[in-house]
Amino acid sequence: MTLRSPVVLTRRHALFGAGAAMVAPGIFTWPLPAAAQAPQGAVIDITRARTDPIPIAVPDLAGTTAEAQRLGRDIARVIQTNLRNSGLFRPIERQAFIQTPELAAERPRFQDWRVIGAQALTTGRVEAQPDRLRVEFRLWDVLPEQQLQGTAFTAPAAQWRRIAHLISDVIYERLLGEKGYFDTQIVYIAESGPRDRRTRRLALMDQDGENHRFLTDGGFQALTPRFHPNARQIAFMSYNRNEPRVHLFNLDTGQQSVLGAFSGMTFSPRFSPDGRAVILSASRGGDANVFVVDLATRRERQLTSGGSLDVSPCFSPDGQQIVFNSDRGGDQQLYVMNADGSNVRRISFGSGRYATPVWSPRGDLIAFTRMSGGQFAIGVMRPDGSGERILSEGWSMEAPTFAPNGRVLAFYRETPSRDSRGSGYSSRLAQIDIAGFNERQMVTPTDASDPNWSPLLS
Amino acid sequence: MKTRMIGALAALALLGACSTATDQNASAGAGAATTATGPRPGSQEDLVANVGDRVFFAFDSSAVRADQRPTLERQAAWMGRFPQVQVTVEGHADERGTREYNLALGQRRANAARDVLVAGGVAAARINTISYGKDRPAALGSNEESWAQNRRAVTVVR
Repeated sequence: MTLRSPVVLTRRHALFGAGAAMVAPGIFTWPLPAAAQAPQGAVIDITRARTDPIPIAVPDLAGTTAEAQRLGRDIARVIQTNLRNSGLFRPIERQAFIQTPELAAERPRFQDWRVIGAQALTTGRVEAQPDRLRVEFRLWDVLPEQQLQGTAFTAPAAQWRRIAHLISDVIYERLLGEKGYFDTQIVYIAESGPRDRRTRRLALMDQDGENHRFLTDGGFQALTPRFHPNARQIAFMSYNRNEPRVHLFNLDTGQQSVLGAFSGMTFSPRFSPDGRAVILSASRGGDANVFVVDLATRRERQLTSGGSLDVSPCFSPDGQQIVFNSDRGGDQQLYVMNADGSNVRRISFGSGRYATPVWSPRGDLIAFTRMSGGQFAIGVMRPDGSGERILSEGWSMEAPTFAPNGRVLAFYRETPSRDSRGSGYSSRLAQIDIAGFNERQMVTPTDASDPNWSPLLS
Repeated sequence: MKTRMIGALAALALLGACSTATDQNASAGAGAATTATGPRPGSQEDLVANVGDRVFFAFDSSAVRADQRPTLERQAAWMGRFPQVQVTVEGHADERGTREYNLALGQRRANAARDVLVAGGVAAARINTISYGKDRPAALGSNEESWAQNRRAVTVVR
């Protein structure tokens, strides 16, 4: 694994050395002149073990007005939460800080930050104009007293959370050498009501649970939402008019449309990596086969055939291969085939049944659900089936989805009913590092299932 | 307060009467009139009370069990007596599987039940199928007893 390689540093230099850039609608960034000599290579020892997160000080961003100070505090808190939740950073408690944010934003007194154990430090200031926000941000390596990054952002004031996530991603990438995943969203199914009459709605939120909104009203059941690579469209399964079919949901217009002209149920959709097609399963008679539907022509092509249940297809990130779930060998196992449906080979050979395969955006792993001995588990294996590792195990869990950097998985975990009325049952989103540590429950307003992680939004 | 109390008691009494009349309750037809002479012939209530509206499957299987086939054969004969009746066969799975696979499994179960109805003389055009996978359990416990009741195909009059 090439985790935390310093190679990316030069790429980031290039990005921020090229002058102002628009990273999202209305959000501009440009480099700040270095306040100290910028380093030429990796400066933080980034080969530490996962149990040793990087101690970082993220004081409030300074501001000259009450409004700017409030925003500076809020932005710092979002950054701290992001970094802490990754499990790879340890934000230092603010009570320990010696130098004030205002003075640190002028010029860090590194001794004050060294003495409280900070290896990295962020400083910055916020200027709140009536409807716009200007945020300056610097990242420092405390030991050699060097600036690693200096970036200014302007954005509509309502976008302050986006700025906090963009800064978090800069910190993550500069200190770990791989891209972050904080400027992202999660689409999922919000579940409410008794289990035999559940309401299941599409819901969308930032990766940290904020900016939550429902996309459908619960008038029909929605399942298994998946982002388009541009994050502006979602494919999902809808029971609208009691016809279970894959639909597309346009996030800009709110428009929903059925995909393809299939006579039977269509389900388990995912976009191709280039965004031009959707791969899905279609039932014909009692069978389920894998089809790919071209979004421009709406023409469908059948990739698997026969009497088996072929479900949950997912492209490799290069679009050349497809992993899917089939019972063709007697019970559910994972298979990989070429994108044209040729060269099908089984890749799962452990004990139990395997399901819901999903290819890492880095291409190096396939995550899956395994059912064995009355337990469910989330695990990863290499695309050839070797190197299987179980990350989390319990009564019921399924549907892993990768963060865009391939480092974190989200999935959903259920707790069983205690009695015949269904008391005690719950379904919640969780996430875990692919190294198998730092499992956390994600906060949602109701029960939740079927998470899908967006690509980076900028 | 007093009238509300009486109202609540009356509702309870009514509820009791309903549950004995329809006994093994079906998913559709809630609130339909139950007369002293029994359910209206050709209705969902009639199907539930006098024929049986559902069949059960083994774990991860869509083969119609020998002990379940007579229910479907009775359903076919019943549909023969009521040629105007159209039905949807709903396929379901228990919670011990993944959602997408269980959608496919529920569809295969609904299809297997439909095939028996068609073999029993029912015109295929009178039968729709739909799968709800594991997402509409009939029994809410997390134990084998509930799972056995949830691995089912239910015939519902449209």
